Amino acid sequence: MIEARGLVQTFHTGQGRKKRPVHAVSGVDLDVAEGEVVGFLGPNGAGKTTTLRMLVTLLKPTAGTARVAGYDVAREPTQVRRSIGYVSQTGGVFSSARAGEEVMDHGMLYGLSRSQVETRGKELFEQLQLDGLWERMPKNMSGGQKRRLDIVAGLIHDPTLVFLDEPTTGLDPQARANLWEHIAKLRSERGATVFLTTHYLDEADVLSDRIVIIDQGRIVASDTADNLKAQVSGDLVDLEVADAGQVAVARDKLASIATQVEVDDRHVRGRVQRAGRAIPSLLRDLEAAAVSLDSIEVARPTLDDVFLTLTGRSLRDAESAADGPGADAETELEGATS
Amino acid sequence: MNSFVRDSSIVFRRQIRMNLRNPAWVLIGVMQPVLYLLLFGPLLKPVVRTFPGFDGNEFTFLVPGLLVQLGLFGAFFAGFGLIAEWREGVVEAERVTPASRTALLCGRLLRDLAQLLVQAVILVALGYVMGLRGSFGGIVVGIVLTLLIGGACAAASNALALTTKSEDVMAPLINMIMMPVLLLSGILLPMTLGPAWLQNTSDFMPFRWIVDGVRDAFTGDLGTSGVLWGTTWAAALFVVALWWGTSVFRRDDA
Repeated sequence: MIEARGLVQTFHTGQGRKKRPVHAVSGVDLDVAEGEVVGFLGPNGAGKTTTLRMLVTLLKPTAGTARVAGYDVAREPTQVRRSIGYVSQTGGVFSSARAGEEVMDHGMLYGLSRSQVETRGKELFEQLQLDGLWERMPKNMSGGQKRRLDIVAGLIHDPTLVFLDEPTTGLDPQARANLWEHIAKLRSERGATVFLTTHYLDEADVLSDRIVIIDQGRIVASDTADNLKAQVSGDLVDLEVADAGQVAVARDKLASIATQVEVDDRHVRGRVQRAGRAIPSLLRDLEAAAVSLDSIEVARPTLDDVFLTLTGRSLRDAESAADGPGADAETELEGATS
Repeated sequence: MNSFVRDSSIVFRRQIRMNLRNPAWVLIGVMQPVLYLLLFGPLLKPVVRTFPGFDGNEFTFLVPGLLVQLGLFGAFFAGFGLIAEWREGVVEAERVTPASRTALLCGRLLRDLAQLLVQAVILVALGYVMGLRGSFGGIVVGIVLTLLIGGACAAASNALALTTKSEDVMAPLINMIMMPVLLLSGILLPMTLGPAWLQNTSDFMPFRWIVDGVRDAFTGDLGTSGVLWGTTWAAALFVVALWWGTSVFRRDDA
């Protein structure tokens, strides 16, 4: 469904002599198969939205090629547009117009007749739990309702490939969980291929078959969440030793089965492969050495651990770095072009 | 049906529907020229005799100028609505549909023209009640010229909106363009009253020719060089602005 090779997008910031290029996306290869749900994960300013905008024909690639739904984005943009649904971060329905009319007008721009869009629109309102809101203005809707309305508008022409840009940003946890159910149904009930960008780890984890991680304009990984997590060497085991004098013993015992062992006050942590199997014997060893524990915690690797392993930074650090002066230009640019 | 016409009419209907939901704006737009008509018109009565060719009728003199002013001001603010739509993602959502991008502009221009037509008719009717006299055909030609120039300004305004994407940049920019246009077009008083240097300066102001053209048309002289020049300028500005608007809407990163 998506086949991108060497996609590049270079913006220019500043004027005159201060003009300098910003490489928002520098050489992205992407493959998405029909029926796949792919999460495009990365910190703010990593190039997610810029890549997406090239794939949906809103931005011409500076270099590289992409075929989306079988058509070339640069040479056959109209055919690409006909085949895809795109729900941007801001949505696309005007806050002071009636919801139903906005959806119908949007659908008619795809060449559908008034009666077709009305029937489909009303079906979609029902499917996305917007019953009774046909006449409502989006400004009088809740955040979750507004987001679902944006998705309705994106689905009005029954696209086989749906792009969702940061679908749940700014929603409360309940509305997020609800929206996730609807996004999952895009494939399970409509058979659509879904490509979604997010900077939320849990979102990518819950929704996608496969996760593509982008950092600083380059793809750094592409695999299932489980495989990605398996790249991180093992589960995190955290032992809280009761007696500070026994910390050294506990560390030696843990080090015999773990890597990256570190001591933090009375806590001893390390990465253990298949912790579930290794822990019972570790506990026996500790008991034999008369080490008593206050607590023991085992955590499966998270996608944040994956990001840390791949880039040497945690996703949260990358986010706050994006607030710095270097990334500012790009944030501004993404705003200016969105 | 041709898809360009179809797309334009979808965009037009959507825009008109939003306008009709708030018809106050159409009236607010026509308020300024109406106030000029009511409160400034009477001041012209004692002096209009000295204007060449106006038989002492101040309203036949004033209404054509106010029409052009309406076309300029009313239409130049059309872009503000587009910025609001752009901010909410509407323009982008329309741009990922297969609809022609030129149609996205044309539908909006048609709305601006429809709105301007209603305002122009209100203004002329009111002027007629107050004493304006002119040939029917001439008034129609005058309104057509107003629509041409209004369409040009609306296209320029939409292009400017999509280029600047900020009301804070647009508003002072429009003010900066409007003041000299207003003062050098002879909308309120004929430029012929001024000293030679001012008259010569106003020769370079296209809108002055258009105001003169509409005035000539109102008095029934459709064959004068004034009407010819006015029409030429109005048509030329319309074509240029439409070309600019279209190229901005078709641009890659708008």
